Amino acid sequence: MNALLLKFLLIIAVLQLSSCAQMGVKPWVKPYERQKLSDPIMNKNRHVIANKHAAHVFEARESARGVEGVGGGGCGCN
Amino acid sequence: MVVIKRVPSKMKPLSFFMIIILMAHSLNLHAAVLEADKADVLYHSYEGGGMKIDGPAFLLRKKVNESIALSAFYYVDTISSASVDVLSNASPYTEERQEGSLGLEYLHDKTVLSFAIGQSDEDDFLAKSLSFNLSHDTFGDLTNVNLGISYGDNDVMRNGDENFLEKSKQYRVRTGLNQILTPTLTAGINIEGVVDEGYLNNPYRTVRYLDPTSDAGFGSQTEVYPNTRNSFAVKLSTSYYLPYRAALFGHYRYFTDSWDIEAHEMEVTYRHPFGENFLLELKYRTYQQTQANFYSDLFSHKDAQNFLARDKELSDFDDVTIGLGLTYKIPKQFFFNGMISEATLQWDHITFDYHNFRDRTLDAPIGEEPLYGFNADVIRAFMSVYF
Repeated sequence: MNALLLKFLLIIAVLQLSSCAQMGVKPWVKPYERQKLSDPIMNKNRHVIANKHAAHVFEARESARGVEGVGGGGCGCN
Repeated sequence: MVVIKRVPSKMKPLSFFMIIILMAHSLNLHAAVLEADKADVLYHSYEGGGMKIDGPAFLLRKKVNESIALSAFYYVDTISSASVDVLSNASPYTEERQEGSLGLEYLHDKTVLSFAIGQSDEDDFLAKSLSFNLSHDTFGDLTNVNLGISYGDNDVMRNGDENFLEKSKQYRVRTGLNQILTPTLTAGINIEGVVDEGYLNNPYRTVRYLDPTSDAGFGSQTEVYPNTRNSFAVKLSTSYYLPYRAALFGHYRYFTDSWDIEAHEMEVTYRHPFGENFLLELKYRTYQQTQANFYSDLFSHKDAQNFLARDKELSDFDDVTIGLGLTYKIPKQFFFNGMISEATLQWDHITFDYHNFRDRTLDAPIGEEPLYGFNADVIRAFMSVYF
C-alpha cells in the first residue's frame, strides 16, 4: 500500500509539472512581485545548524522519520 | 545509538527509479543562486527524562566560485544518561558522540546538485552516510522540484562485549515540489521512503514478561526486532507573509511504516521582527504515534511472540513542543571587519506522555505502575556570521 501511494504521488507530480506548459498556463507571480517572499524572515531554513539539532532531538525520541529537510546521523537514544 | 527505519518493501527499485528519471526529464528543467557564505557556532543542550546531553556544533559554508560551494559540519553530543530505560536495565553512564560531514554544491543554470558524506561515531555505534540531492527551479521560478537519495551503513556494537558486532543499512529516496502561489503565499509537498535492513535493535534493552516463579513476579529477555523496516512519510507545508512584516509557517507530516506505526505531526511557527535588530520566533508543535505491532509493556510469558520490544519510542505516545527564539542582528560597527552577524537563542520545552509504557522504577504491582511521562528543555545558543 505504501508503494502504491508513493507511485501515485510521484505520477501526480510528473503530470502536474508536465501539464502546466502544455495547458498554456503562465507563471502568474512576476519576479517583481516576489520581494516579500524573498525577505529573509520568509526563509524557514535560515538557521540550518539549529534545524539540524532540532530534527536530531526528535529523531532520537520519536519513530517517525523522513522529509525532515536536514541530514540524519547517530543519536544518543538509549 | 541509532534505531533506523525503512520504504515500502514491495516496491520494485527499477520501476521507482524509472519514475524519478521520467520526472526529471519532464520538467523542461530551467533556477537558482547558491546561498551566501556563512559560519555558525552553536552550543546545544537537552535536559529531561534523566538525560543531559550537550555540546558544540560548527557549520561552515564557502563558495569557491559562483557555481560551486563547499560546506563542513561538526557536531558533538556529550551524553549523561540515567533515563528510565537505563535505570530499568543497567547503571547510569556517560558517553560522547561525534558527527562530521562534508558537502559540495554545484549550480548549473537553475539546477543545484548537492553531494554529502558523513560519519557519526560513538563507543558502540558507527554510522557512515552518502547523499545526493537535486533541486531545480522551473515554471518562471515559481516551482521548485527536488529529488534525493541517501545510503547509510551502520556498525552496532555493545560496550562490555568486544565480540558483539552487528550491521545495518539504510536507503532513502525522496522527492518534493514547492510552489509559489501568490506574492505572499507558498505551498509544498515532500515525500520520502526509508528502508532499513539488518540489526535494528538497541542491544542493551530488554522486555519484561510475567513470571510467577520469580520472586519479582516478572522476568526479562533481550528485545528482538524484525530485520527490515519500510517507512513512508509525506509532508505538506506552507509559508505566508502576513499583511504586516511577519511570517507564518505551518506543516503537517504523516508517517507510516511496516511495523504498523502511524504518526501525525503538526507545527506552526510565527516570526515577528521588532526594532531594527530583533527577530522573535514562536513555535507550537504536536506529535502523536501508535505503537509498533510487536511492542508490549508487559508480555504474558517468555518468548510470547517472534518479535519483542519494550522501547518507549515504539509505544503509543504523544508529545507537545512550545518553542521561543530570539535573534539579535549585531550592528556592523560592533563586529569584526564590518561583517554581518547575528546571535540567536532558542528554547524548546517538550512534554512527553506515554499511553502504554509504564515506569517500572516505581514501587507498584507488576503491570500497574503509573504511566510514564516527562518534560525536556532544549537550548540552542548560536552565532552566525555572513561573509
